[in-house]
Amino acid sequence: MSLKNFKEALIEKIIFLSGIASIILVILIFIFLAKEGLSLFKSVHLGDFLLGRRWHPISEPPQFGVLPLILGSLFVTLGAAVISVPMGIASAIYIAEVAPPRMKEILKSGIELLAAIPSVVLGFIGMTTLVPFVKHHLNLPTGLTAFSGSVMLAFMAMPTIVSIAEDALTAVPQKYKEAALALGATRWQAIHRVILRAASSGIVAAVMLGIGRVVGETMAVMMITGNAVRMPTSLFQPVRTLTATIAAEMGETVRGSAHYHALFAIGIVLFVITFVINLIADWAVHRKLK
Amino acid sequence: MFVSLSSCSRPTENKKGVDGTTIQIKGSDTMVNLGQAWAEEFMRLHPQAFVSVTGGGSGTGIAALISKTCDIAESSRKMKDKEYEEAKANGVEAVEFRVAMDGLAVVVHPQNPINQLTLDQLANIFMGKIKNWKEVGGPNLPIVLLSREVNSGTHVYFKEQVLRRGDSKRKEEFDEGALLMPSSQAIADEIAQNPNAIGYYGMGYSNPTQKLLAIAKDDKSPYYLPMVENVMSGHYDISRPLLMYTNGQPQGDVKEFVDFVLSDAGQAVVRQIDFVPLR
Repeated sequence: MSLKNFKEALIEKIIFLSGIASIILVILIFIFLAKEGLSLFKSVHLGDFLLGRRWHPISEPPQFGVLPLILGSLFVTLGAAVISVPMGIASAIYIAEVAPPRMKEILKSGIELLAAIPSVVLGFIGMTTLVPFVKHHLNLPTGLTAFSGSVMLAFMAMPTIVSIAEDALTAVPQKYKEAALALGATRWQAIHRVILRAASSGIVAAVMLGIGRVVGETMAVMMITGNAVRMPTSLFQPVRTLTATIAAEMGETVRGSAHYHALFAIGIVLFVITFVINLIADWAVHRKLK
Repeated sequence: MFVSLSSCSRPTENKKGVDGTTIQIKGSDTMVNLGQAWAEEFMRLHPQAFVSVTGGGSGTGIAALISKTCDIAESSRKMKDKEYEEAKANGVEAVEFRVAMDGLAVVVHPQNPINQLTLDQLANIFMGKIKNWKEVGGPNLPIVLLSREVNSGTHVYFKEQVLRRGDSKRKEEFDEGALLMPSSQAIADEIAQNPNAIGYYGMGYSNPTQKLLAIAKDDKSPYYLPMVENVMSGHYDISRPLLMYTNGQPQGDVKEFVDFVLSDAGQAVVRQIDFVPLR
């Protein structure tokens, strides 16, 4: 084999390895999660874990019911989606279709900047400004609620939703819009009947990735959702999310204890949720490409 | 770096006089300021030593001692039997030292007219049986419960001493609506801005933006505020020993540090930080 061929082959291998590295990592992480988390089910029934309503990890005997935590995550996520999805899509439409070029540049860099704010900083700002505001103006017993968490998380999901949705809108061929306008459509009709439809798969992907970010967020929710482990009945109650439970309790557990395995089992639940969300996003993107 | 790692994994091998040796202390958030003050005073007296103190909760410290990642675990609760077993399984023999006393202060917003509660009232409030301040003679406002995370010794102690009255067979739990706050400071901050809230923390944390409540055993007994004299005399009921755990009988620098903590100079530091000295 000549040196040239050898070099080619080597470079090809290196690129190949880099390419599959992320897949290998995901598989390794999943194996580790499964190994640590599934041991819990030697002592706890899967049904009691997923549908149990009580989370008393340090009592004797301990109770590991994650239903309140799953619902806590769900409430916060849905609240954040209701706020961030319409705002994010509207903002993407404005940037892609309406804004003058100069405005467009300012808005785009502003959104990138929003994405760069660490979540702990947003959590801290939320704790000192949003929480008292919510308590005072909604006349609640405490401002540390799922709603406060939703508002803060909406800010975190916005950059993802806006930038991906904006890319999808910009990718719609210019001639679609021109054709619509030539047929006598108004600007708004062209946007919502033609461009939004054409970009719909990209927009669904944007929404799902934004929601994925919200589900996995930890620090800010731990600081402002109040962390009460009970079955939530409204957005205006304190809730505990899956992620906050892992973060708050991981330090306390001894390796190999039931509590430790239970936290990894929560990790599996989170992994499954984000995996499904990513699958939906992926399906949405590929549906239109056929 | 090397020294600190080795002292971390084999704490008892430190010998006095090794320059720059490190004592790793970890555990109770309640005690972290106290531990820091001891460390500073100790390092002033022994310039060759370096003591690092981190918090995270009593459970965190004990877990670290068991997995041999710290030399001294600070804890505001006693180690559980289960933890002793886990330690033994890991080849760690935990030795306990009482290093100070602490009163748990029960606090409300300064505008709350309530000044005192009995232990029964307090337990019923934190178990969710009393949900409105008017049931204990206050205004018609919902009660917001502030508790600590489950990795906090303060959380465990409050549950065992107030909710279960020190009876390990009882099964009372905090009300599910109780907010689990990540630190004593977070409780203090929420109390300062929320007139509905009630919370608890080590008495060293109190400041004028929160009001301390006087506590009585029952409605026929006198009420006592969480103050140094009342804790030392045993009149204040929600008080507890603060503990340190080492792996085996302490040796070398670790021994010197523990001896210092128990000395008159070490106990003087306790009083400065608003905890209660042993004597």
